[in-house]
Amino acid sequence: MTTLDQIAAPNRRRRFGSLTLWAGIALVGIHIAVGLLTVVWSPYDPSGMTGGRLEAPSWLHWAGTDRLGRDFLTQIMIGSRIALIVGTGAAAIGAIIGVTLGLLAAFATKLLDDAFAATLDILIAFPTLLIAMLVVAAADTANLGSAIFALGIALSAIVARLTRILTKRVLLLDYITAARTSGTSWLGIVFRHILPNIWPTLSVSFALQFGLAAIAEASLSYLGLGAPPPNASWGRLLQEAQGTVYTAPIGAIAPGIALVSLVIGINLLADGLRDSVDPTRRAR
Amino acid sequence: MSLLKVDNVTFGYSSGKSVLAGVSLDIGPGDTIGLVGESGSGKSTLLRLLLGLTRPNSGSISFNGTALDPRNAQFMRAYRRQVQIVFQDPYSSLDPRQTVLSIVAEPLRSLKIARDHRQMVMEALVSVGLEPTILGRYPHEFSGGQRQRIAIARAIVAGPSLLLADEAVSALDLSTRIRIVELLKQLSASMTLVFVSHDIGVVAALCEKIVILEQGRIVESGDTKTILANPQHPYTQRLLASVPRMPA
Ligand SMILES: Nc1ncnc2c1ncn2[C@@H]1O[C@H](COP(=O)(O)OP(=O)(O)O)[C@@H](O)[C@H]1O
Ligand SMILES: [Mg+2]
Repeated sequence: MTTLDQIAAPNRRRRFGSLTLWAGIALVGIHIAVGLLTVVWSPYDPSGMTGGRLEAPSWLHWAGTDRLGRDFLTQIMIGSRIALIVGTGAAAIGAIIGVTLGLLAAFATKLLDDAFAATLDILIAFPTLLIAMLVVAAADTANLGSAIFALGIALSAIVARLTRILTKRVLLLDYITAARTSGTSWLGIVFRHILPNIWPTLSVSFALQFGLAAIAEASLSYLGLGAPPPNASWGRLLQEAQGTVYTAPIGAIAPGIALVSLVIGINLLADGLRDSVDPTRRAR
Repeated sequence: MSLLKVDNVTFGYSSGKSVLAGVSLDIGPGDTIGLVGESGSGKSTLLRLLLGLTRPNSGSISFNGTALDPRNAQFMRAYRRQVQIVFQDPYSSLDPRQTVLSIVAEPLRSLKIARDHRQMVMEALVSVGLEPTILGRYPHEFSGGQRQRIAIARAIVAGPSLLLADEAVSALDLSTRIRIVELLKQLSASMTLVFVSHDIGVVAALCEKIVILEQGRIVESGDTKTILANPQHPYTQRLLASVPRMPA
């Protein structure tokens, strides 16, 4: 019995791992494909009044029309593009700033590091959305760029804290001392030893940040702080559907499903990635 | 002339309390020296100073007559090539995300020792009793003893004249321990070895000379046979009494 379990367990795990990964790839892949498609083609002109107001789903308008008579499916599809741009942009900005600051803190003198850790803890205590709202408000113009930048800054605190903790843990290990006594420079230690070893955890975190950014962007747009029209953000669609949620519920359901499917997809992808990038997990 | 000379070195971590107090030590070329003391007596700290990872509060360390200066990059590069270390924990001493080739080649790469790295790594692997075919494999595929051999290969690949071993066999099971001690003994024929251990029995089996460290002070040093036969300091007597003798 025990032997059977021991033989079967790794296989089951690996199977499950790859199933997660593929489900994630499929969900995110659909959004990427749709987002790319909208660059060259969409069912209707996104700002054209191509039907009656608030039409129910039909063969002509698969998801109905909005209160101005525009095709709703077209808006949802463009929403994928906006969500992907914001998620990728914000996660990338958060990663670059956060990883750099986290590494610097981990290498800093104790006093600097303590001050840094305290600052991060305070920043992280504020909700990501609140920080992003403050940054947007300070930027004075609501556009796609300012939303991405604001969310990136807000996320960087989380990345910095994680990077700092992971780096400090790796710095204590003997292979770092061995690298130093082998003459490896600090920069070499960062790129050859620290980043590869904290990468599995960081990459999962980046994927989660992407999901957070997509949700936060929807929230910003819902509050009117996101990208202005014609950037059809799911958050703005949700906000616009608010008044007609009983008469035309699809207006709230469709962007909701789109957002949730993207976030779940990216989370599944993150989980699957974690298992496949780590050689110690792969082989056991 | 001595290879490495430690002269009246004192050291304390920033927390205050003194860890090394007036340590003087002469390591001659070809010596096999055992540094023995209870856990916490300052053995690893002394090795960190010898490696130039930290500077002593006072006193000096010189290598072949030149003072050790961690701020002098050119000197340190030459020094790192000459002095290498093997650690206690075979798990944390190898980067889990690097192959055996890049682990063992690290000193060659970082110290810019130009020559065929792959060939030199394979030679080092053979001399520690490993197959040269394992180059592309990762640390988690090996046992503790094999990992320790990989760590030793990394330490000797650049051809050092001094090898430091910090409790290098303490984490291994008995039969593996005996085989790694044999390997170190074999290597000590061609290089100077400082073997650190809290276990005076293992040191007796390996080292011709012995240095006893108690709370950051050297309380006794000399020929292993003489000291084992006739320990002068009560601390040495206690260390000897607490360890079952190994057959010589
Ligand atoms: N990084 C450090 N910071 C502060 N104190 C330390 C540090 N490393 C070791 N010590 C202290 O220095 C003393 C000697 O430690 P160590 O050199 O590791 O002894 P040993 O290797 O003989 O067991 C111990 O009291 C230990 O608590
Ligand atoms: Mg120690």
